Amino acid sequence: MSSAAPALSPTAPAAPAAPGTVLSRKALVADHPTWCPGCGDFAVLASFYRVLEKLNYPHEKIVTFAGIGCSSRFPYFVNTHGGHFIHGRALPFAAGISLGNDDLHVFVFGGDGDGFSIGGNHLVHTARKNVNLTYVIMDNSVYGLTKKQTSPTSPIGFKSKTDPTGAMDQPINPMRALLNTGATFVARSHATQVNHMTEMMLRAAKHPGFSVVEILSECVEFYDGAFDAAIPRKGGKWTLIDEKKHDGTPEDAARHDPSDELAAMKLALQEWPGSFGVFFEKDRPTKNQLEAGLIARTREKTKGASDLQLLQSTFSRLR
Amino acid sequence: MVGPNYPQPGAAADASAGAAQPHSILDAVIRLAGNSQDGIQTIGGFLARLAGRSDQDVMTYMTIPSTISGGPSIFQVRMGTGDILSSGDRADMLVAFYQHSYEAHIGSLRPGGVLLYDADHVKPNPEDNRFTTIAVPITSGTVESVGGSGKDKGKNLYVLGLLARIFDLDVAKLTALVKERFGGKSEDIVRNAMLAFDAGFAWPHNNIHDLFFRFEAAEHTALSGKPQVTMDGNMALTYGLLAGGVRHGAGYPITPWSSIMEILRSELPKYGGLFVQCEDEIASISTALGFSYTGHLAVTGSSGPGLSLKMEALGWATMAEIPLIVINVQRGGPSTGMPTNVEQSDLLQAIYGSHGDCPRVVLAPKNVEDCFYTGIEAARIARTYSTPVIILSDQGLSSRIEAFDEPDLAKLMVDPKPDLSPRGADYKPYPLDRLTQHAPAGARIDSGKYPTVTGLEHDELGHPTGNSALHQKMTVKRREKLKTLAATLPDPEFHGDSAGEVLIVSWGSTWGPALEALGRIRKAGVKGAHLHLRHLHPLPAGLEVTFARYHRVVVVELNDEGLYGYGQLASILRARYANPAIVSVTKTDGLTFKVREIVAGVAEHLESQALDDSLGTATKSALAVKSKS
Repeated sequence: MSSAAPALSPTAPAAPAAPGTVLSRKALVADHPTWCPGCGDFAVLASFYRVLEKLNYPHEKIVTFAGIGCSSRFPYFVNTHGGHFIHGRALPFAAGISLGNDDLHVFVFGGDGDGFSIGGNHLVHTARKNVNLTYVIMDNSVYGLTKKQTSPTSPIGFKSKTDPTGAMDQPINPMRALLNTGATFVARSHATQVNHMTEMMLRAAKHPGFSVVEILSECVEFYDGAFDAAIPRKGGKWTLIDEKKHDGTPEDAARHDPSDELAAMKLALQEWPGSFGVFFEKDRPTKNQLEAGLIARTREKTKGASDLQLLQSTFSRLR
Repeated sequence: MVGPNYPQPGAAADASAGAAQPHSILDAVIRLAGNSQDGIQTIGGFLARLAGRSDQDVMTYMTIPSTISGGPSIFQVRMGTGDILSSGDRADMLVAFYQHSYEAHIGSLRPGGVLLYDADHVKPNPEDNRFTTIAVPITSGTVESVGGSGKDKGKNLYVLGLLARIFDLDVAKLTALVKERFGGKSEDIVRNAMLAFDAGFAWPHNNIHDLFFRFEAAEHTALSGKPQVTMDGNMALTYGLLAGGVRHGAGYPITPWSSIMEILRSELPKYGGLFVQCEDEIASISTALGFSYTGHLAVTGSSGPGLSLKMEALGWATMAEIPLIVINVQRGGPSTGMPTNVEQSDLLQAIYGSHGDCPRVVLAPKNVEDCFYTGIEAARIARTYSTPVIILSDQGLSSRIEAFDEPDLAKLMVDPKPDLSPRGADYKPYPLDRLTQHAPAGARIDSGKYPTVTGLEHDELGHPTGNSALHQKMTVKRREKLKTLAATLPDPEFHGDSAGEVLIVSWGSTWGPALEALGRIRKAGVKGAHLHLRHLHPLPAGLEVTFARYHRVVVVELNDEGLYGYGQLASILRARYANPAIVSVTKTDGLTFKVREIVAGVAEHLESQALDDSLGTATKSALAVKSKS
């Protein structure tokens, strides 16, 4: 990617921080989170600090952005460049960041309303374009910031202030929806599984292109127990996806091949609470690479002409 | 073959005595009317570019039918000597390709003007003797010239040949333009184009007799001495952005904005930049803001309804103080409205749209040349004040072709490199005592405290706050920076008497007809002046002093007078200056202002009979052939 970086890329390609400079949790902690005690989002935040510590990117090259919602408060709690955009539109904004400076490591956080309702179309198109960034959807199946309305992932029968007799509309199946977008990395985790969450976010961050991780993150205030079905200590079942190891053993044949889209879709269609892990992963040229390639080919034709020479030649043709 | 008012024997004898002497003219308005697949715009484009290369001022007016293919289409070109301010109220020559073209446009031809029509398709009213008529078998002449294939493709080149003969145009330059235009295609196409052109040029000219004209040599070009460039408003605006250092953008197609994004998509990669076509209007402004956040001032744009969709994100840009350029190529509204017609009805949306107190800068270019300079100015303001800047162009300006002095690019080009240098330990994203200047993502912050840009009300470091005193202070900060800008704005363009009966105030593309109207008004003996506003928000300082010197301040704009009788700018000026002398001349017929409409509006406000009477004169065509005796 770096060799064909846009000519305007102002700095050298990204590299881990210089030896000795370790990005610590202390340097990454910002404002104290405003979430309710017991909110699943605390664990996602703690995992994200670990992810950044492990990645050890140069501090100034990390960007954390979000839309609107409880989970979208995230960037205030992470001390990196970042911001808080409008409801549902964080992805196209983040696409501008990623394409504007390919050296940056862009993370977007949001909830199920942001991702699957108001921003649903942006999710499809950012994924389709394979813009190089990582999107973490903290799904609590309820609108929490506005105090308990039905969300696009609320199950049928869920009683909320907008469905006092129980939700009646078919909920979105997040994994099926994500696979349909053309995202090149799709994973699922649970806020009670800190190690698993960390691993999923790490793999997503390292994936070149659009990577998305859905994390079931319980809202203890408005949808207590929403994801107990996947919590063993509450009697639920935690099913990890057994990924293919390509070791030639007979048991490997039964394992999940993340590059197999059809197999991924079968996992997505499992009965609730389904499986957790990497559903799908496949490399496809990123929009960042494709645009850089277009720039490189175009500039080859103009043979290093300066901006002034380029515009002057346009005007000369219009005489 | 010729109309009843064709010059009588004396003139004919003159012509037969030798080569006809061309009549000297200052300018001429030629309207070409046909169907959209006839390549009418191509003729218009050639004439416009030829005029540009011949040091003549040129202005064109184009109608694109909103049907996708087929249907009526016109192109009007006004060519001439000196400054051409408007596209011309009425035509001096009408070229009618079909009966419907004749019927729809004969009313726009001035008495004494020339009607040139395709004798294969048009039967003009034999009773109408107001015009000189020339019947030319355009269709059969074209078919014959290109080898009798039965296809009439090339009629436009045939007509161009005719016009070259009639107006004594520079054939060498014209054929060079034709070859340039078609040169990229097959040789057959160039050959057929030239065959049609030559046939039109060679059409037996004794049929035209002495109907030849020549534009007087231009005087003003001796002053500037610069070459002229010819382009439409959308091109000029786009190249202005390039000169102003804009290298990133995002958009969604909508007429008449689309050609800007098309040019940017193909031009920006040459400059190492990038334009993204997004899934919708909201994603477009969001992506553009993302670019700006990385230090690359970006552009997004749209037309009427698309701007409405961008309003929430525009509110965020004001709150988060992120620089951005937003172009609105206005069209007839509301809703889908009249997508291929002109209106200036988005001014209030541009200034006050969005939610909350949302100050932002609004500029409007006055003509095609000014589109270029407005693009540069918008970029400078957006960067300096870290603010969204809206450019209000319009459909008329977007597709109109004009020639203007080539800009001195070496002096104007802006280097767009973002400043990623480390920011000192005292860095604050939202200082209360200074203009906001963001540290783009990628810039190290020496304090180790990284900034958050946000749409929530925030403190100086970008932390969200519900503190009411701070909300008040930050509201003042966002408002005051526009006042700081207002104090730097130059005095608006002003022409005419320093005091008098009337001050005509215009904005945007009504500049030309308004200034031309002033000329007519003063000629009729009324003391008056014209003031043009390019900066709509904030307004330049001191207007109240100027306004106070006139009996009436007539604001001319292409929008509705609304419930209370005042157009959008007039309403703002009345609210701002509380001056009851401010009145409105408005219309919403989808067309640019005609000079006479403005003069009539002013006459009504002044209750001036003399001015009203003046409208009766000066309507005779410049092409009316006087008897040579």
